[in-house]
Amino acid sequence: MHSSLWLASLLVVPLVGAIGAALTRKVEGRAYLVAIAASALELVLSLVVACLYNDHVAKAQTFDFATRHVLAAPFGLAYDVAIDGISLLMIVLTALTVLLALLGARDRRQEPAFVAWMLLLTCFTMGSFLSHDLLEFFIFFELTLIPCYFIISQWGGRERSKAALKFFIYTFTGSAFLLIGILYLGFAHQHQIPGSALTFSYSAISSTAMSHGTAVWLFVAFAIAFAVKAPIWPLHTWSPITYAEAPTAGSIEMSALLAKLGTYGLLRFAVGLFPLALATMRPVVLTLAVIGILYGSMLACTTPDLKRFVAYSSLAQMGFITLGVMSGSTIATVGAVLLMFNHGVITIGFFLIIGFIEKRRGSILIKDFKGLQGPAPIMAALFTVVMLASIGLPGLSGFVSEYLILIGTFATHAWWAVVATFGVVAAALYLLWAYQRVFHGRAEGANAEIADATPREQWVLVPVVVLIVVLGVFPKPVLDRITPSVQQLIHHVAPAGVNK
Amino acid sequence: MKLAIPSIHYLAILPVLIFFGAALALVLASALARGKVPLVVATSTVVAAAAASIVANYFQWRCVAKAGASVTIAHAIVLDDFSVVASGVIALSVIMTALVAHDWAIRERVSGVEFHILALASSAGAILMTQANDLIVIFLGLEILSIGLYVLVAFDRHRATSSEAALKYFLLGGFASAIFIYGAALVYGATGSTNLSTISYFLGSNVLLHPGLLYAGGALLLVGFAFKIAAVPFHLWSPDVYEGAPTPVTGLMASIVKVGAFAALIRVLISALGTQLDTWRPILWTLIVLTTVVGASLAVVQRNVKRMLAYSSINHAGFILLGVWAGTIRGTAATLFYVITYAPIVVASFAIVTLIGGVGDEHHSIERYQGLARRQPWLGAALAILLLSQLGAPLTTGFYAKFAVLASVVDAGGGALALIALISAAIAAFFYLRWAMALYSDDGLEGTRVEVPRLTGAVIAFGVLVTLVFGVWPGPLVTLAQHATVLFTP
Repeated sequence: MHSSLWLASLLVVPLVGAIGAALTRKVEGRAYLVAIAASALELVLSLVVACLYNDHVAKAQTFDFATRHVLAAPFGLAYDVAIDGISLLMIVLTALTVLLALLGARDRRQEPAFVAWMLLLTCFTMGSFLSHDLLEFFIFFELTLIPCYFIISQWGGRERSKAALKFFIYTFTGSAFLLIGILYLGFAHQHQIPGSALTFSYSAISSTAMSHGTAVWLFVAFAIAFAVKAPIWPLHTWSPITYAEAPTAGSIEMSALLAKLGTYGLLRFAVGLFPLALATMRPVVLTLAVIGILYGSMLACTTPDLKRFVAYSSLAQMGFITLGVMSGSTIATVGAVLLMFNHGVITIGFFLIIGFIEKRRGSILIKDFKGLQGPAPIMAALFTVVMLASIGLPGLSGFVSEYLILIGTFATHAWWAVVATFGVVAAALYLLWAYQRVFHGRAEGANAEIADATPREQWVLVPVVVLIVVLGVFPKPVLDRITPSVQQLIHHVAPAGVNK
Repeated sequence: MKLAIPSIHYLAILPVLIFFGAALALVLASALARGKVPLVVATSTVVAAAAASIVANYFQWRCVAKAGASVTIAHAIVLDDFSVVASGVIALSVIMTALVAHDWAIRERVSGVEFHILALASSAGAILMTQANDLIVIFLGLEILSIGLYVLVAFDRHRATSSEAALKYFLLGGFASAIFIYGAALVYGATGSTNLSTISYFLGSNVLLHPGLLYAGGALLLVGFAFKIAAVPFHLWSPDVYEGAPTPVTGLMASIVKVGAFAALIRVLISALGTQLDTWRPILWTLIVLTTVVGASLAVVQRNVKRMLAYSSINHAGFILLGVWAGTIRGTAATLFYVITYAPIVVASFAIVTLIGGVGDEHHSIERYQGLARRQPWLGAALAILLLSQLGAPLTTGFYAKFAVLASVVDAGGGALALIALISAAIAAFFYLRWAMALYSDDGLEGTRVEVPRLTGAVIAFGVLVTLVFGVWPGPLVTLAQHATVLFTP
């Protein structure tokens, strides 16, 4: 068992960074440097944790770095952290996202406040992934709303107020269901063991016995909150306007990272805690996921601007992740966890490049662009790599994860997998078509004047491209870390029969 | 016939005596002094009295810890940890309000000590309500509390709305008091006593063959309380009164009336009528759903921040009622925890509204707040934090307050009720956020800065500190609330 101080430091570093950035607001540009230093340190720490992680520390569990301190006993409030292979990947993604977002999408308007919010968001997201306690998770999950809200409402586009409010209220309503579900579960657990204190500890709660009906209701309550966050069709309607109106760094954080909170929560809590509900709910959620894939792909074809385009393509990708998470197959779930990471990296790439283009042209409308390939070949090349990964070209990261999801799901729920496969074709369609409209043809007017990616912009995208290629060719180290945890989770959920 | 004077445990009624004594001293001082009593003297008297009351609370707490809860004055007054904590919260709110009102009085050139006398008397009434073990004493406390407030609401003689609000408050309040006392009479008819312990004992050891009288009495009592806490559909007075009253008075009303009325409501419903839980729960259920949802929805369309806060406080009243609905120790502790945390936040919020209101106390439209946080980052951030706390965002006490009452309701089997209430909080989020967004908007950069007087600033800082410190570390307050209800609930 490794020391839990590693995880505590993951929480403290961005917090201290945020305070530091706020304190250095008098000196121009200092806050930005503080923030970059803090997020670089955060990334290093998360990589150290990833290397140290050992899935054999506890006998039946793959959790490492665990600790638990009760903070307020009557509330069952505790500081309880632990990570397994699934959260590990999310932690690395969290640290990576904030660093790349800060490096690639610098926003100089009121910079100290901006970077402070970004670092706070990192701290809260990190907290959600580290939590091994339902109440603690909920608190961090809710807390992520506040930095997001301020980032959108102050640094966003023209419709920012509307977008920020829509985002906040949608998510807040969703989490109302989650909170009631968590409370119900905590008390159900307390009443089962006479004389026990109220606790929301994940390990304690997961042994709660419940009837099939209760399990279904609780699953629905949890799933609503996570479906809003992910977003899963039909609870996605906040996401296009929010991604489009948020500043680039905010869009990156929300789609690359916070969306994963939804699917992560779905896997860890909704699937992990209510195995009894799965038989009933699986067809429903799988169907929603497949609808999301096709619907997202369809709208991605017709949407007029690039950020909404990524929002809808994300909806389709989140459909794939949900498919894997709900499939009940170890292979597909491993693929889903991997796709959470890969989609994060790919989305960072998309939004960064769109941000670069927006900075040059002041527009994100597809019809404003034509033939950018000519004046900006490097940018076009980078976009191509990211796009091909998103399509799922073999040899790039998207392929590995989508392939795992589809074959895994085919083994357990063949028809859903068959329909979902059309989503892969549709992805090729909408991505290539968008590429064609933006980059092909003869550039005229302002499009011909566009500058190619600067060295700095190229360097920011290097980690994205490297991760896309490396995880496409050699995903083994990552899969090795995810698989035992997923196996254990699936084993807990489906002890016999469907475990394929 | 010899009149027996009941034994009096003076420590039990010491806080009430201190407040009345201070009020009396100010009356005498203003009558005897040549010229006017300086404002500083009046304010320090109020603060000193409230502080002395808190010290008395400390000794009461020690006494209860040693000797257990006790009743005195012919079982009419109770001394237990619940009343001690509740009256401590009232005294704290009075201190905060007095400091804000001091700066307000200087700005508005209000002289004289009437304001302070009335505030002291009202608070004594509120404290009496927390200690009452008899319907008549509750009525007494309610009247003392209300009569002072009727006058305080009308205190701003330059504005017609102030007098209008007072008249409205007075007429409807008088009506509600009459309903309350009529309910008390019916309950007396059904059970043979107005004493809460006796009623509880009677109902526990007898079965009423014709409970209609008791039900009617209980329902009328509930209406009386619902009026005081502004529960829908008895809330119609509250937006007008909140808007019309001088802003510091609004803060005082929002805090001490809630504490006093909820303490008494808990004693009536849980101590006296606890055996009738199944009867009053459905009524309360409807009341809570209406109060939370209507309060939150109507707040959304307001442009005046005082009206907005009035509807917000209606929404909060619904949440506090959740703890009463649970009818358990956990629920009672949660209610107490809610009012402990809510009182400082709401007084501090109204302190900021007082400042922004400007001379004449008239500028309360939300446009006035455009860009406040840009001009004055600290003041703006303080208001944003207070709003987030009222919204129930984590890391503020507002979150744990909501969490506590919801937990008690879910524990008592009211999952659906908890969900409805929480969704109303999502509606309420809309206007808290709209306000917070106005603070950070870029449009109002050329607006005027408001001067933050030292005392008001201290009150605001205190409210923000309380909500943040206990929002990160709620342990001590939770334990306090928990401890205070152990000796109380049957």
